[in-house]
Parts: sequence; C-alpha cells; structure tokens
Amino acid sequence: MQDKKRTWGKFILEVIFLVALFTLVQYFITTGILNRYYQINLTLMGINVILAVSLNLINGFTGQLSLGHAGFMAIGAFASVIMTTMLEYPFIIGIIIAMLAAAVAGFIIGVPTLRLKGDYLAIATLGFGEIIRVVLQNIDYTGGPAGISGIAKMTTWPVLFIAVVVTIVVIVNMINSSYGRAIISVREDEVAAEIMGINTTKYKVLAFVVGAAFAGLAGALYAHYFYIIKPETFNFLKSFDILVMVVLGGLGSTTGAVIAAMFITVLNAFLQEYAAVRMIIYALILIIVMIYRPQGLLGNKELTRKSFDRIWGGKHVSSANK
Amino acid sequence: MLEFTQQLINGLSLGAIYALIALGYTMVYGIILLINFAHGDIMMVGAYVGFFSISLLGSNIIVAMVFAMVTCALLGVVIEKVAYRPLRNSTRIAALITAIGMSLFLEYVTLYFLTAQQRVYPASAFPLHKYEIAGLVISNKDIFIIVSAVILMIILQYIIKRTKTGKAMRAVSLDQEAAVLMGISVDNIVSITFAIGSALAAAAGVMIGLYYNAINPLMGIIPGLKAFVAAVLGGIGLIPGAMVGGFLMGILETLVSGYWSSMYRDAVAFGVLILILLIKPTGLFGKNTGEKV
Amino acid sequence: MLKKKWAKKSALLVLAVFMLVVVAGCGGGADKTPGGDKAAGKDTIKVGINCELSGQVASYGDNSRNGAMIAIDEINKAGGVLGKQLEPLVRDCQSKTDEAMNVSAALVDEGMVAQIGPLTSGTVEGSTSVMMENQIPLIAPAATANKVTVDEKTGKVRDYIFRVCYRDSDQGQRMADFALNDLKVKKAAIFGSTSDDYAKGLAKYFKEEFEAKGGTIVAEEGFMNLDKEFRGTLTKIRGKNPEFIYVPGYYTEVSVLIKQARELGITVPIGGGDGWDSPDMVKVAGAEALNDTYFTNHYSVEDPNPAIQAFVKAYEAKHKKAPDSFAALGYDAVKLLADAITRAGSADPIKIKEALEQTKDFAGITGTMSIDQQHNPVKNIVIIEYKDGKLVSR
Repeated sequence: MQDKKRTWGKFILEVIFLVALFTLVQYFITTGILNRYYQINLTLMGINVILAVSLNLINGFTGQLSLGHAGFMAIGAFASVIMTTMLEYPFIIGIIIAMLAAAVAGFIIGVPTLRLKGDYLAIATLGFGEIIRVVLQNIDYTGGPAGISGIAKMTTWPVLFIAVVVTIVVIVNMINSSYGRAIISVREDEVAAEIMGINTTKYKVLAFVVGAAFAGLAGALYAHYFYIIKPETFNFLKSFDILVMVVLGGLGSTTGAVIAAMFITVLNAFLQEYAAVRMIIYALILIIVMIYRPQGLLGNKELTRKSFDRIWGGKHVSSANK
Repeated sequence: MLEFTQQLINGLSLGAIYALIALGYTMVYGIILLINFAHGDIMMVGAYVGFFSISLLGSNIIVAMVFAMVTCALLGVVIEKVAYRPLRNSTRIAALITAIGMSLFLEYVTLYFLTAQQRVYPASAFPLHKYEIAGLVISNKDIFIIVSAVILMIILQYIIKRTKTGKAMRAVSLDQEAAVLMGISVDNIVSITFAIGSALAAAAGVMIGLYYNAINPLMGIIPGLKAFVAAVLGGIGLIPGAMVGGFLMGILETLVSGYWSSMYRDAVAFGVLILILLIKPTGLFGKNTGEKV
Repeated sequence: MLKKKWAKKSALLVLAVFMLVVVAGCGGGADKTPGGDKAAGKDTIKVGINCELSGQVASYGDNSRNGAMIAIDEINKAGGVLGKQLEPLVRDCQSKTDEAMNVSAALVDEGMVAQIGPLTSGTVEGSTSVMMENQIPLIAPAATANKVTVDEKTGKVRDYIFRVCYRDSDQGQRMADFALNDLKVKKAAIFGSTSDDYAKGLAKYFKEEFEAKGGTIVAEEGFMNLDKEFRGTLTKIRGKNPEFIYVPGYYTEVSVLIKQARELGITVPIGGGDGWDSPDMVKVAGAEALNDTYFTNHYSVEDPNPAIQAFVKAYEAKHKKAPDSFAALGYDAVKLLADAITRAGSADPIKIKEALEQTKDFAGITGTMSIDQQHNPVKNIVIIEYKDGKLVSR
C-alpha cells in the first residue's frame, strides 16, 4: 500500500518535472536567450535522439545490424513533405503518414532481409538504403536530386519535445513488455528462442517496423525544420552517423543511445572549425569502442530508479526489474 | 549488334577491375568470415601510392603497380593485426562495425593529409593508343588492364593450388580448428591472405588511376561495394566465383548504362545483391553449406 | 505501473541532460551579443566563410575558400578595409544543407558582418533563412540556380542574398545560341550531370533555347557526380548521330567523359558551362581530346589582363596549381564585399547590403559586373574554345 502511494507520488513528481523543463526551455526560446544557434542544435539533438533510440531497438535489442536507417528517415521526410507542402494537410497528418510510410517500407524490406544472418543482413540493409536514395533521386515529383525546398517550419520546440518523449516512452515500454522480452531473446540466442516457441521472424520484423516508423518521424521533423531535403542528405554516411551514436552509447541501452546522441550532436557543433577531423574521430570511436569496450558507454544497463537509489543509498523494494 | 559488342568490350575492363577487388573480399571472407569494408579504401590507397610513385619518383606503370601492391600488402597486414585480430572471437557484428570504422578512418585520414582535390595520373605514364577492329574500338589501356588482371589471377590460382601456403590457406578456410591441430599458424595464414588480397586491390587501384586518370580519397567506396556484390554473386569465399562475378558485374553495369539509364547503375548493383541473397545466397558457384541463411 | 515509472525515469534522464545543456547554453549565450556590436567593437572586420570543405563538393569548396583567402590576404596587406583588417572565419558546412544553417548561425553569433559562400545552390538555401533573420548579407560565389536570389513561390527577391556568378539560364541560353549560330548545328544531344541544380538548370535552359530557335534534341542522358564510367551511355548517344553534345557539369566528370567520348570515336563538337574551368581538364582529357570543345565562362585564365595574371600567379605560388573558376569566383566575392564596405563607409551589415545593391561596374577578375535588381551580376559571358590545350576566347 505504501508502495503504491510512493509510486503515484513519484509519478506526479516526474510529470511536474517534465512540464517544468518544457516550460523553462520554451521560455528561453521565446525570450531569445536561446538564440538560433542553440535552437538549431537543440533540434538536431532531439532528432538524433529519436534516430539513435529507434536504431538501438533494431541493432541493440534485437541484435540485427541494420545499416540503412537513413533510408527510412528519407521516406518519412519525403512522405511528410508531400502531405504538408504539396497536398496541404496539417503537420500532424504529415507526421502520421511519414511514420506509416516508413513502417510499411520497414515491413517490405524487413520480411525478406530478416531471413539473413549477421553480415549479410547488414549489407542487404545497406543496399536497400542506397536503393531508396537512388530511387528518390530519380523521381521528378519529389524534385529529383535537388529535392524539395521551402518547406514550412513546423517543428517547434513543443512538437520536438513531445516527439522525443513519446519515442522514448513507447520504445522503453515496448522493451519492458512481452514483446521486448521476445525481442531480446532473439538477440541472445535465436535458435533457443525458436525452440521456446517464439516466432523469431515476427518479432524481428516487429522491431524493424517500429524502428523504421520512428526514423520516419525523425525525418518528418527534420524536413520541417531545415526546410530543404535532398535524397543525398540520407545516404549511407548518415546511417553510419547514427550507428556511431548507438555503438558509443551501448548496443542495448536506451539511456546510452540518448546520451550518445546528445554527445555526438554537441561534439559535431564543437568540431565545426575542424570538420576534417570530425569523421576521423567518429571512425576512431567505432574502432576503439568495438575493440576495447564493445558494450559502449552503458552496455545494456539503463539508469533506473534502482541505480539512482543505489548511488544515493535509498531504500527500494527489490524487484526483478533491470 | 555492333553497339552491343562495343558495350561488352567496355564492360570487360571495368569487370577486370571489379574482379581484382572482389578477389580480396572473397579471400578474406573465406578465411575469417569478415566482410572487410575497408577493402575498397585499400584500393584507393593503392591508387595514391601509384600516383606518387609515378609523379614523384618518375617510375613507369609496372614499377608503380608493384610498389603500390607491396605497400598495400603491408597496410593490409597492419590493419588486420591492429583492428581485426582482437575481434577474432567476438561477434561478427562487432567485427563488421570495426571494419566500417576502419574504412571511414582510411578515407578521412587520406582526405585530411591530401585534401579533397583529385590527383591526375599523368597521361605520359601510359600514352593512349586506340585500335579499331571491325568498327569496334578498344584501347591499349583496355588490353593492359584485362591482360594484367588475368595474369594476376593466374598467379593467384597457382599460389592457392600449387604451393604449401595455398594449401594452408585452403585448410584454414575449410576448418580453422582442424588446421590449428595440423600445426598451421592461423595468424600467419590470415596475415598472408590479407596481404595478397590487399595487393590485388592495390593493382586495381593503379589500374583505375591509369584508366580514368583522376583519383580522390572517396573513390574506393562505391567500387568497393560493387566488388563485394561481385564476390557474393560468384559465391563468397570462392576464388573462381569472384573472378566471374567481377566480370559479370562490369558487363552488367555497362549494359545498364547503355540500354537503360546510367542513373540506376548503383541501384541495379544493390538489386543484384539482394536478389542473390534471397534466391541463392551461396552464389553462382557456391554449394549449400547450411549455416549462412 | 512500475513499467510506466521506469519509462518515465528514462525520459526524465533525457530531459535532465537536456536541461544541463540548456543551462550551459544559457551561460554561453549570455556572453554573446548580436553581430553588429561585436564586429564594430574590435579592430577587425569579421567575414564568415562558409564553404563545403568536406563531402561531395569538397574539392570545389576548397578552391573557393583558397581564392577567397588570397583576396583577404591581398586586401589585408594593402591595409585592410576602412583601416581595419579582415578577419576570416572559415567553417565547413560539409556539403549538407542543415550544417550550412548551423554554421551560419554560429558565425552570426561570432559577429560576422557578411558571409561568403557556400558554393552550391542547395547549401546557400540552407543558410538563407539565418541570413535573412539576422539581416546579414551573403555573397554566393558560384550558386547558379535562378531560385537562389529570387523566391520562386512569391517572385520576391531574397533581400540579403547576392551572387557573383551567372545564372543557369544565362549560360544555357548562351551556349545554345553559340551552337546554332556559330557552329551551325541543328541536332544536339545533352549528356549532363543530374546530381545538382546547376547542371540540370543549364541543360534545361539550353534545351529550351535550342528548340525555340529551331534545333532538335536527339538524346538526353544523365550522369551522377563522381561517376567515372560513361562509355555505355556514350555508345548509346553515338548511335543517335548528334552534331553537338552539350555536357553541363563539373570538370571532375566532364574531363573523363570527353576523353572517353573521343576514345569511342565521337568527333563532333562538345560544349559546356563554367563548371569546366580547371587545369584538370587538360590533365585528364589531354589536349587532343579537347580540341573542338567550348564552354561558357567568366574569363580565361590565360587572359593577359594584369589583375587576372596577378591572381593566377598568387594562387599558383600558394597552391602549386592553376586556379579554377571556383577559386576565381571566391576571390571576386571577397573583393566585391570589400568594395561594398568601402562604399558604404561602414561595416554595418545593413549598410553593406545596400552598397551591394548599388554596385555598378565593379571590376572583378571574372568580369566587370553591376548588380541588378534581382541581386544577380550583369556581366559578359565569354565562350572559350580549347585549342591544343590552350584557352582561346571566341
């Protein structure tokens, strides 16, 4: 009984915290304390967080190395723009269509490729990502290689904030559900999972589709802030960028993905003067992390209430929760 | 018909280049089951070494090629020791990610030190002569590339089939544990495999520099990926497969540009990859070994 | 219940970190004042140079930056502008449109009074919103899409955006007229780059003009930037028997294309735009292949005009090779800016913009230009012919 009260209490505190944080940043933006430069990077951060968390679902939790994530982002971006700029629907419709389109693409690509293992899967997804890019480059309706520009700026701080929170909440909840446990079992030992009666293909595809949908969301947000989208923006280098974040944060840790995404965004901003070095640093991150700490910064641990309590010595009810 | 034959000829030299690169991929995969993403970039380094050999040291094309091959053989061995060997017992995903990192590293370090400016192979290194036979045009560069590639492949086949090292390589790729029991030093064999594969890629790089004249730090990415597709097409891990796959990819690419649209060249290459992986992942020459899919 | 709490915890962490960054940002933000103050307060005039130094068009961005830096060094050695030295703030926008926006915002924070670059129309557009919001002028060295200076949807001129290069329409039409009137050809093929607006624009305007004046286009093919293999498509074009081939694109690809075309026995004249201008053309294609090829350009690198030769010499001394058109345009962009600042008598961005708008007969090395109502330069378009590896004006 006492537990439940504490739970509700904590919950309300968290909601208050979220609201406070949101309002604080909104205030900074409105009064101009956070100028354009910080706004741009804040938006980039939010988009990167969504990308990293969604890729982590596929690469980290399901253990399927997908190298074509930028392709889903592209589909989401273009789909949303077609909705808002060409067909003049409101932004929310654009976002929904973006996520649906990306999810459908995830399904179409996932079903055949998820039968493959390991490196073959990786290369196949890379190939699909490139095919998406080339096809987009050849469609005149979407502007060919020059893409579409002059997109209205609809990604505001409230929209971004809600999108990031929703992404994290949905994916974390998914991981903690029976779906999530099935997905993790696929990663740990696919053969054993099959024997236990888990339809591994179904769950792999599920993770793929959900990950793709959120990449589509990121694409829609991106398009409606940076107002120009070209197929070239979503090439395999972009997929590698996202991979670096996920690897750094820890394949299998949502918190890690979030932190790494933010860190990389900030690092990118710092390296503006030395951009030639930026990619070298990313390359070294991939190599060094893989050799010396393949579990990344956080491994597959998350920062949870348990770990907070452990650090600050509070009491907690023991649970099987990780 | 004439045009078709011309397209075929055009495709042969491109195919020869892909074949050389594909050989490196397939040998490494056969030995340690790793897709060495950085392979295309080793080809790029070879092209640059050849360039500097010609322009700074004034060597002729054969010397430049040999020099590039030796340098890249060493580079390949170093890369394997530093980046791939520690991950020999890790998951394949970890090794693949490291290979991606190594690829980016080679590209951007080259970019950093040599800038994005393309370098041009001096035309004097290999003066062009065109030959016209029955309305078809072929140049001495085409002939040089195709002949050198074939010679290198013959040498490779000799090494694999007729030398002790080759035997050891075949043993390691068939069954690594048994090979160790037989007293074969797996580490050495892996190094040698990398050396040979990288040398072949370097030769391809010099040929590209010679043929297209201009080289830049990012030139290895797309040909590298296409050569990988070629290796898979022929049967990954199988040397004859890589050769045939390379030529097929070259001809296919030229035909696609000629009869459909050059805009879709890259997409078709990846399309081939996906089709092969779905229909017959072991490739044209491959036997079903069960594990892969 | 526990799960929801758990999920919220993660979100909480996200936002906690967000907040930290925001607070840190605030702390940093408070130090920064809007561009004008910072620029005026010190002894230098800050010029932002936002170029593509990595990514797809890195080699061109590099050259543009090089040309711009030569101009800055020259001006500073001669005493600077209004008695102050020009301080270049060079940043890489990585050939990405979002990074261009990011870089411009960062440069605004650092107090630049004007921005040179980026190079391609797409990246210039990326910077545009930031420049307009902050009322700071941008001079594009080489962005040629018509829509760079004029908003296509509203038809209005983009207030703070200027350029020193022609528009695609100017060049494409000029070459079409040249082919019809001077070379007297009636059937042409177009084999151009489809990777960017520049080449596509040139192709489009060439075709319009060529067909409007009675010519026929027998083939239209495309290639991508970084392509090296054109023989398949060239063979196809060869089969259609054109009398002239228009190849809009950059020298990196065009040089290889022309070489392969000649190797395949295609002997008809070939034409292109200012993207051809580079010493690499002769190096890669060879003098013989380039005979009977023509391109529209701002100037000829062999023009004996002392200003041009001084630039070429300075560039060769510093970079060990001859400049290309991107370098020359980068140089002119900086020189134009300096000229505008001098005329405005102040480094205030709004005054600079007004001075730019009133530019008349500015003697740049890429031509004498006046800025028209749409912020485009009015200047001569030269047709250059390759004769035995040398550039000859027609």
